[in-house]
Amino acid sequence: MNEIRIQSEPFDPNIEVDILRAGNPAIGGVVSFIGLMRDINEGETVSTMTLEHYPGMTEKSLQTIVDEANQRWDLLGSRVVHRVGEMKPTDPIVLVAVASTHRGEAFQACEFIIDFLKTRAPFWKKESTPEGSRWVDARHSDDEAEARWKLKT
Amino acid sequence: MIKVLFFASLRERLDEASLEMEAEGLADLEAVLMRLRERGGIWADVFAADQTVMMALNQEMTGTDTPVQDGDEVAFFPPVTGG
Repeated sequence: MNEIRIQSEPFDPNIEVDILRAGNPAIGGVVSFIGLMRDINEGETVSTMTLEHYPGMTEKSLQTIVDEANQRWDLLGSRVVHRVGEMKPTDPIVLVAVASTHRGEAFQACEFIIDFLKTRAPFWKKESTPEGSRWVDARHSDDEAEARWKLKT
Repeated sequence: MIKVLFFASLRERLDEASLEMEAEGLADLEAVLMRLRERGGIWADVFAADQTVMMALNQEMTGTDTPVQDGDEVAFFPPVTGG
């Protein structure tokens, strides 16, 4: 079971993982990544953050990434949940959870999905700081993280 | 006509979320970029050749040499920062 969801409401990562693994005794491991909102970035306090997406394209690009992960690894299910709109420090922003028979495939697929999400899925972050609001710049390290998966093909 | 969408910092700088453009005479996305630059002012700045602008055609990430045709949805945006 693969589910991809984009929503403005908060979500509970534990509930999402419980749903992913429920009723499937073939699952031997679940690896999950939770991206959280920090209260500080580049030395400045961040009070709120707003995430924008491209309705339609964002869902399609996430589906492509999850399909690719399923082609590369033998998975028993995955769940990608991403928030949009305004959020506060400590809020979960994104969950990527992957289930498989053994841990190795789940670890790799989870990292693959989040690395590609970071560079290919159209989401943009805007932070509110005491100095005003600012769009978050893309990180070069995210491009490098994505690029290393190409070397393994 | 083609539909052109702008997201995030591009949308804010241009003060425009979308516009329609006559498809006649547009060979590819580079031609769409040129026509946006020709509007001058902030448009010329945002779409200057040295600016990093990402683009999608019909909701697929692509590059400037991709052909466009009537009815297409084109989007321009800054590098993505989700997750």
